[in-house]
Amino acid sequence: MLELKDICFARENKKILDNINLKIDTNKFIAITGPNGSGKSTLVKIIMGIEKPDSGKVILDGKDITNLSIDKRAKLGIGFAFQQPVKFKGITVYDLLKIASEKEINKKEACEILSQVGLCAKEYVDREVNGSLSGGELKRIEIATVAVRKSKLTIFDEPEAGIDLWSFNNLIEVFEKMRNLIQGTTLIISHQERILNIADEVILMKQGKIEEIGESKEILEKTIKSNAKCCVIREEGVN
Amino acid sequence: MSETILKDKLLNNVDEGLLGEISDLEQIKQGAYNIRKNGQGIERKVTENINIITKKDKPGINIYVKENTKFEIVHIPVIITESGLNDLVYNDFYIGKNANVIIIAGCGIHNDHHKDSQHDGIHRFFLEEGAKVKYIEKHYGEGKGDGKKILNPVTEVYLKKGSSMEMESSQIKGVDSTIRETIGRQEEDTNFVVSEKIMTHGNQFAKTIFDVELNGKNASTHVTSRSVATDNSEQYFISKIYGNEKSFAHSECDAIIKDNAKVTATPEITANNVDANLIHEAAIGKIAGEQLTKLMTLGLSEKEAEEEIIKGFLR
Repeated sequence: MLELKDICFARENKKILDNINLKIDTNKFIAITGPNGSGKSTLVKIIMGIEKPDSGKVILDGKDITNLSIDKRAKLGIGFAFQQPVKFKGITVYDLLKIASEKEINKKEACEILSQVGLCAKEYVDREVNGSLSGGELKRIEIATVAVRKSKLTIFDEPEAGIDLWSFNNLIEVFEKMRNLIQGTTLIISHQERILNIADEVILMKQGKIEEIGESKEILEKTIKSNAKCCVIREEGVN
Repeated sequence: MSETILKDKLLNNVDEGLLGEISDLEQIKQGAYNIRKNGQGIERKVTENINIITKKDKPGINIYVKENTKFEIVHIPVIITESGLNDLVYNDFYIGKNANVIIIAGCGIHNDHHKDSQHDGIHRFFLEEGAKVKYIEKHYGEGKGDGKKILNPVTEVYLKKGSSMEMESSQIKGVDSTIRETIGRQEEDTNFVVSEKIMTHGNQFAKTIFDVELNGKNASTHVTSRSVATDNSEQYFISKIYGNEKSFAHSECDAIIKDNAKVTATPEITANNVDANLIHEAAIGKIAGEQLTKLMTLGLSEKEAEEEIIKGFLR
């Protein structure tokens, strides 16, 4: 469904993405992992249209979308959850869910979505999406806004970033249920073994290139052998 | 209850449209009210607890709320449809001890012609001990003419011991020039909360001046201004707060700027007492790029995203 052809992206004479070629199939749960600075976030931003590649093409369902704006890509079925959820002044959780769902949803429906990401809906639906919410709460709201869109391709840019361990343990359960919640293909940047373990495929990136694509287990073994284990956080007691 | 039609004038469609912008016509008629059109009172209703009397020495009315009046609403809308009219009005509100009321004022100007239309409302509020007022003021301008729509409201608030006032003012559309002055004089244990929303476009001009004196122990005030300035419009926010006793003040000016607009925020806080705790925050900037990007990932165009952000900001 999604194809990246010869994607290159450089800034300040540094190659951030170096000739990336990748095909992603329908209804897959795919994780991208790799050390910091390996180009993971830039890659997903290029898919969403937040960044433009210097060269190469982004193809969605056979259509070249390289020059399409962010909103047009959203309309074609790409969803994106930010690593740092964006805060607003005056816009409520309910407002954001209404915008995201692109139809009139009532508060009951909005509350159901919030419950699915583990938020006590009544407490949150009328709250402003501002700095009064904790990092974990903002992450869950961010996930709710992409889940409600039921996109063909949903991208998560390192959902574990910036939240404490306790919030993350709760959040990971949401992701474990996510395969039912999110329809279509999921592309998720993560360093967490628990997330890699539920993926159909894991893409390992290194220095702007795709180093390896494979099952979670074999990628983990390779990262350990190649001394890149620092990029994956292993769960205590998991072999 | 008594109802008085002061002049034999019916409200036409334009009048009702204007009233609808600044208030709710159905709601107006439920409590005490005084409707002023083109410099004259045209319809009035008083209640057992709320009396409205026309001033004899100058244009305007006195509104008397009996002590212990609970949860009544007073509407005093003003509409101007006559081009070239300069309407100056003095309205004084006397709020009795421990009364708790909502007062809704507003001015709508419809100007289809070349001459300037102006309304300057001088409102004074005298709150007796323990009284509570929520005051809502909405300003709106419309019309195809190039005559300017000018509104210069002055609000003076005098709070006696234990009283409090919450003031919400908004000017969202169509006012070419405005100078808004709000004065607060607070005694012991009083609280004055002001929230202002302004949006300017074209070549509009808006100046807001707050002048609050915290003269009694434990007096507190919270002034919030949220504004959006677009096109070539100009806005000035001036806030002067004096802590003359053990008191607390928080003033906050938050502005979104677009195009060639200009915004100036001048905060001034003066502590004349060691126990005065005064804070001012001011932020002016364009819409954050990440906010636009987020809403675009949810399918909104850049223009739609901007509209949603501004709508939320001014809510």
